[in-house]
Amino acid sequence: MFDTALTWNDLIFLAHGAGMTLMVTAVSVVAGTLMGIVFGVLRYQAGPVWSLPLTFVLDIFRSVPLLIQLVLANAFQAIARLGWDPFTTSCVVLSLYTAAFCTEIVRGGIEAVPHTTRRAARSLGMTWWHDMRYIVAPLATRVSLPAWIGLTLGVLKDSSLVLWLGLIELLRASQILVTRLQEPLFILMICGAIYFLLSFPVARLGGYLERRWSPND
Amino acid sequence: MIEIQNVRKSFGSLEVLKGIDLTVQKGEVLTVIGGSGSGKSTLLTCINGLEPIDSGRILLDGTEVHAKGTDLNKLRRKVGIVFQQWNAFPHLTVLENVMLAPRKVLGLPKAEAEAIAVKQLTHVGLGDKLKVYPSRLSGGQQQRMAIARALAMSPDYMLFDEVTSALDPQLVGEVLDTLRLLAQEGMTMICVTHEMKFAREVSDRVAFFHKGVMAEIAPPAELFGAPRTPELQTFLSATH
Repeated sequence: MFDTALTWNDLIFLAHGAGMTLMVTAVSVVAGTLMGIVFGVLRYQAGPVWSLPLTFVLDIFRSVPLLIQLVLANAFQAIARLGWDPFTTSCVVLSLYTAAFCTEIVRGGIEAVPHTTRRAARSLGMTWWHDMRYIVAPLATRVSLPAWIGLTLGVLKDSSLVLWLGLIELLRASQILVTRLQEPLFILMICGAIYFLLSFPVARLGGYLERRWSPND
Repeated sequence: MIEIQNVRKSFGSLEVLKGIDLTVQKGEVLTVIGGSGSGKSTLLTCINGLEPIDSGRILLDGTEVHAKGTDLNKLRRKVGIVFQQWNAFPHLTVLENVMLAPRKVLGLPKAEAEAIAVKQLTHVGLGDKLKVYPSRLSGGQQQRMAIARALAMSPDYMLFDEVTSALDPQLVGEVLDTLRLLAQEGMTMICVTHEMKFAREVSDRVAFFHKGVMAEIAPPAELFGAPRTPELQTFLSATH
């Protein structure tokens, strides 16, 4: 018969870890998406030449492995005496990482809205803001949604790397239990199952929105 | 009154408007004919300021369209334009398509904007399609929706840019009927078109554009009956 030393308290410990994973992910995805929208619109409006400095900075966040970014950011914040705790540092780095990818998703979404549709909106006397808010935003969102869902799921899993800054999130909590209980397979299966449970609603939300919007296309 | 004075416009090295002079009076229906690349569509997008011009002036009821201080968003409420590609807003229902600009640009309350939209959509024969999304409409219906959308802003002028060119032949008639209706109601209209029969019927005057120049302008009977320039003679014999 299957026997385990895992107790309810250990499961609660894992749940706390999952809570931390969710928290870091939620803050980073929300902040990163907001920044991504601003940067994406800027990149689109400014054109490839004028947005070159922004593109360059964002490319750094897209290209350097997240682990290196976390460790460097943590070191720099200490050198600069910012006094950030690991949670803040993790959220800042993951937000910028998310924003770097989200910027391109947003820019692509805006570019997918036909120029002629926007011209029709402007010809009705709508301002740039009206056009952006009522025509471009809804249409670009539909185009960008699958990529954004993918990004969110990616960040959820990548957030495990913040354990290197000492945050006890889901993966770190599992590691601690593995070390103590010596039941790696069982505990990692539980850990994986929890990641799946966290990701599943996000993936389904994407499917739901796509279905809801599809009769309009 | 639309006053076009010596307007020139180039795209790169290609001069598409070579000094156009034209005045359209209130209540007049002017159709513009000519081969492709003759500059006739460009002229329309210049009139409501969607395209800048290189020199000359366009005055709309005395307001210079391309002057620095001109509020184009405000000016465009006076001039409706309908394009060859109907450009429906695909995420909005037919009713919402037409309501959007009255709501957001004119700031009308919802009920009032809806009443205007229903009235205009019924006017163009789409009163039974209010809750439908544009993708469920035929090209002709979408084009009539675009006309209703422009009319909902109660413009003083309407510009039609080859509005039947992208339609299947059997759908052209319904759109032309809508234009005829507007002409009968006294709307000031400039129609760029390839429909010679339509031009002959509804126009007060017809202008023939050729290579960026307005080669001829006259009432339809005169222009079609006795074309003066060899270019127009060639053009008419090719289109008949």
